[in-house]
Amino acid sequence: MAAPEFDDLWVVVPVYNEAAVLRQVLDELTAVFGHICVVDDASTDGSRAIARGFAARGVRLVKHPVNLGQGAALQTGFAYVLADPLMARVVTFDSDGQHMVDDAVRLARRLADGFDVVLGSRFLGRRAVALGRAKRAVLRLAVAYTNFSVRLKLTDTHNGLRAMSRRAVAAMNLTQEGMAHATEILERIRSAHLSHAEEAVEIKYSEYSKAKGQSLLNSINVLVDLLVK
Amino acid sequence: MLIKILLIAAVLAVGATLIRGHGARRQALRRLGLILFAVLAVVSILEPDWLTWAAQKINVGRGADLLLYTLIVVFFSYVATRHVRDARTQDKITALARRVALIEAPPPRDPPGGGGVAAEERSAGERSASSGGDS
Repeated sequence: MAAPEFDDLWVVVPVYNEAAVLRQVLDELTAVFGHICVVDDASTDGSRAIARGFAARGVRLVKHPVNLGQGAALQTGFAYVLADPLMARVVTFDSDGQHMVDDAVRLARRLADGFDVVLGSRFLGRRAVALGRAKRAVLRLAVAYTNFSVRLKLTDTHNGLRAMSRRAVAAMNLTQEGMAHATEILERIRSAHLSHAEEAVEIKYSEYSKAKGQSLLNSINVLVDLLVK
Repeated sequence: MLIKILLIAAVLAVGATLIRGHGARRQALRRLGLILFAVLAVVSILEPDWLTWAAQKINVGRGADLLLYTLIVVFFSYVATRHVRDARTQDKITALARRVALIEAPPPRDPPGGGGVAAEERSAGERSASSGGDS
């Protein structure tokens, strides 16, 4: 089952109403990783029961009593895995099935090169599969704006797949409950002087994830969240 | 005349309710503002021409316009303070909910000796030792 190589690694998976794909995501993750923290953000569609079914395969379920947002769910996961003294690395992994477990493995191994954070990038190297023109334009814009505001140089600023050292996880302390946490993570990378690198990852843009993913309009919400703190 | 009595009673009632609220030092400023508001409101009711006089002093024209402009400013400052307060309340809810989530969560690792999963299944709703972490 889980490789002993990753006994010091926790995968943090924020979940909100992903019953349709969660089983497959957890199936793939548990085949490689032995410690997975699913943070259920008060789902109403049975996601919780699915995650509970994986308890014997190393999935720990942490349940928000009320819906708080993805940023809050990530931070709850960070707080949970920091309670494990053996935790040395964390991978954040979206629950909608858009990430590849192989990519997660590569990101996690890359930490050994001395990085505090390794960020997944869909614009580095290979092209992301079937990314619409409008969505690509918005993402590019988000990348440009975010790089400007956090003073980093990255090719993809809004990718849910990341690997972090324990030091980086302890430095996060995310306060943006909603979707602006992606920028907040980068802000922490800069303010805590965390060494970082990007690694090319593939995104599976299924019909499901496209329908679930952040709409164009929602990027306006993200922008306002960041400007008006 | 009846409308004047009604309006004055309303202003005094609102002022009295607000002034009794508890808070920190910032409250003092708000109370001063409230007293000023109440005085101006009563004066305006008894002497409506005063409002027009004040409006003309600052080149607004009619007293009703001055009232409207003041109202707009007050409304937006209310929206702004409300926004800040809501954000603070949301932060508190998040901290509280996170605490609950961590208290209810199973321990991150099975204790040596096995049987951890079964134990965790049973303790899904009760307290466990894993409530550490920050926040």
